Amino acid sequence: MKLRFRPTLILAAIITASTAADMAAQGPGAYVLRDARVVIVSGPVIEHGTVVVRDGLIEAVGSSVAIPADAWVIDCKGLTVYPGLIDALSTWGLSGAAAAPPAQGRGRGAAGPPTGPPSRGPEDRPSNTSYLKAADEISPTAPAIEMARNAGFTTAVVFPNQNIFSGQGSVIDLAGERAGQMVVADSVGQCVILKTNGFRSFPGSLMGTIAYIRQIYLDAEHYTVAKSVYEKHPQGLQRPQYDRTLEGVIMSPRVLLPAERQVEVLRMLALARELKLNAVLYGGHEAWKAVNELKASNTPVLVSLRWPQRMADNDPALQDPLRVLEFRDKAPSSPGILARAGVKFAFYSDNAGAPRELLRNAKKAIDAGLPPDDAIRAMTLSPAEIFGVADRLGSIDKGKIANLVVADGDLFQDRVKIKYVFVDGAKFEPLPEAPPPGRAGRGAIPSAAEEQN
Amino acid sequence: MRFGLLGLCCASLAVAADLPVLIQNATILTVTNGVIRGSILLENGKIAAIGEKVLAPAGAMVIDGSGKYVMPGIIDCHSHIMIEAINEGSVSVSSMVGIGDVLNPEDIAIYRALAGGVTTANILHGSANSIGGKTLVMKMRWGRSAEEMKFQGAMPGIKFALGENPKRAGNITGFGFAAPGQAARYPATRMGVEDVIREAFNDAKVYRASWDEYKARTARGEIAIPPARDLKLEPLVEVLEGKRLVHAHCYRQDEILMLLRVADDYGFKIRTLQHALEAYKVAKEIAAHGAGVSTFSDWWAYKMEAQDAIPYNAAILVRKGVLTSLNSDDPELMRHLDKEAAKTMKYGGLSETEALSLVTINPARQLMIDNRVGSLEVGKDADVLLYDGHPLSNFSKVLKVWIDGHEYFDRDADIQQRTRLEIEKKALIGKAAAERSLSRPAGSGQTVRVQGGPAL
Repeated sequence: MKLRFRPTLILAAIITASTAADMAAQGPGAYVLRDARVVIVSGPVIEHGTVVVRDGLIEAVGSSVAIPADAWVIDCKGLTVYPGLIDALSTWGLSGAAAAPPAQGRGRGAAGPPTGPPSRGPEDRPSNTSYLKAADEISPTAPAIEMARNAGFTTAVVFPNQNIFSGQGSVIDLAGERAGQMVVADSVGQCVILKTNGFRSFPGSLMGTIAYIRQIYLDAEHYTVAKSVYEKHPQGLQRPQYDRTLEGVIMSPRVLLPAERQVEVLRMLALARELKLNAVLYGGHEAWKAVNELKASNTPVLVSLRWPQRMADNDPALQDPLRVLEFRDKAPSSPGILARAGVKFAFYSDNAGAPRELLRNAKKAIDAGLPPDDAIRAMTLSPAEIFGVADRLGSIDKGKIANLVVADGDLFQDRVKIKYVFVDGAKFEPLPEAPPPGRAGRGAIPSAAEEQN
Repeated sequence: MRFGLLGLCCASLAVAADLPVLIQNATILTVTNGVIRGSILLENGKIAAIGEKVLAPAGAMVIDGSGKYVMPGIIDCHSHIMIEAINEGSVSVSSMVGIGDVLNPEDIAIYRALAGGVTTANILHGSANSIGGKTLVMKMRWGRSAEEMKFQGAMPGIKFALGENPKRAGNITGFGFAAPGQAARYPATRMGVEDVIREAFNDAKVYRASWDEYKARTARGEIAIPPARDLKLEPLVEVLEGKRLVHAHCYRQDEILMLLRVADDYGFKIRTLQHALEAYKVAKEIAAHGAGVSTFSDWWAYKMEAQDAIPYNAAILVRKGVLTSLNSDDPELMRHLDKEAAKTMKYGGLSETEALSLVTINPARQLMIDNRVGSLEVGKDADVLLYDGHPLSNFSKVLKVWIDGHEYFDRDADIQQRTRLEIEKKALIGKAAAERSLSRPAGSGQTVRVQGGPAL
């Protein structure tokens, strides 16, 4: 690998070098990635291509691109350039109350801890922070951001996920000194979790939660009508009561509904149809059983990269039923079947582990029949399309945001090294993956205690 | 567990077009038209012919019914299977919730109910609320989606509950005041249950009036903001307008009378009193109101209000002219409702036909689906059971079950597939174990990932 430094840029590079311990960063300027294999995703791969990056945007891409005189040229012979990876449903960078445990709300949902006075019905607006925006809760120094970037992720669609109506997701670029710089789109959807409040407080059951969601959307519809009638005729009419929970629902352009098993997919599709929601489903491990319904309703699916597995601490004497065994066995096949059926889908992290693990988990879907091109698309252009930002993210095209990942081979190879990551045109060089903590070193055999976990 | 496996296979046995089925030389218990020794033809989802001699149409599957019995599919007027929620216990009036939102067509209890001859069931949630959620009538079309299992054309219902359960729910102290960390939920007494029901219907009437007023104002050309739709009160308005059937969980005669009076006051009908173990004490009043009773054969004493029950309840109600059925309320009991019906011959001396009626045509009438199911009559849905002996005998087993002329259960096929499914299961367990050992670090330095699958 040879870097050809131009004198004027050396100084700039030194000045802007990041102080981060394991990361060398150069701020936006002009870069040329020369003679690379360029996987642009929006079209065929360019085997010997050049990408020009300037001021945070992609200035040019192609096999015969003029190299600007003022740019820092990086010789990428033998390297592959991909669009920056996108986590389609994430909590990376989220701070404080909006940060979330794993998506436990999926399916039956977990009973939350009792807080505040019990709610007596939908009118109390329980578990509703629809007005929260992830963009307002981002902490640029959150450790997850750097870990994700080192793994090749340049963007995350970050959602608050603490409540039934959790709040609005934002598309966040994973580098920046201030949160405001990182925001690509501030409100791309509302995240719904099917959680319950137990016997104490409404809603206390899945049917209560679904009834509540239905009532909220009816109320939002009524709120819109009432406000518009009142705006036109304020005299002689009682003014509608301001309701921030309905405002949050109304301003969300789409809604994310949890659907893991087939029955949940069909249930959420029916709800979306009934309420005329612009729905995106998340979970998706058994979505393959409902491809026809998904295709017919043109509903995208976010597929969790946390594949279902037997709990390591399950009673060894306990035999799982055939249905559960099949569910686990077939889950990684789901993306391949969705791809063949033409259902739009994207991958999301779902707290599956360190960001580096995500590519390995995606590889399992490839092993189970997903074409590698579709796997890359599910982590780049597809999530950008699903969240309405494909005009600026998701592929290597002129004019789009310069989010790129440069690897020394196929991203899904086991020992691939990520050489550079560009976020908004700023260059980062991840250091090699550190050995996991608590291990004697490479090749160590797990201790008995770990085995038994 | 073993039965759990069986269920899976039959889902994959579904055939696209059903051939006509002719059962010959069988004893046919029609329930409404006596017993016929002869043939029954199932064609295009309906019962096409019943008689001593019926010609087999081209391509028909002919079954020799010698020594065997045919009867209509069993109807269970009270079941909690195939749902992924039992109670919305947080509120006393939970009519905004509905069974339709939480149906689980993969519940193995559906298949087991089929094996016991149940073809249709009234699916309700639990009894934590004075006024509960919306109910649905479902056919046990195992292997189909929840939507496809719905009994199209059946009236929707709503569950009410009286007595201990609604007054205890949310009141773990039992006295209507809060336990530490708990808020008491009104009501805490039987008096309170009546009050909650009356208040809810008062609200429903106000709600209906607000819509009437809005319509009147816009009709006069006035500017008006429409009332907000209220999912809690809409089903109660439907009850007031006779568009939704009330199925009320109850035990004691005093609360039964209370509910009938409340219903009379507000001008609606109670369609069925569920459980109603003391109904025999007030049979005359129940008959006068026109309510049906869906009770147990001999299941009682599981709580105070269920002490004063007798096994003659169903027979007495029948003799007093109350439309009576026997229900399961339980996935295990659901598999032998035929035997439950037989008990009324011992306790109360009902005839065979009267006993069978308690689990067929009577629940069909209670659910207002008797024009479609509940007896073997030409033109009705081909929901038909084939037994190896008399259905009321303890020694008889269900051999085959058809719903809409489609075979959903076959005892021989079931037994044959047990081995295959056991092999399939072992293979999957082996595969998962192999994958786990492959993903072990073995020199790669990767962490051993400990992941939790979804709660299944």
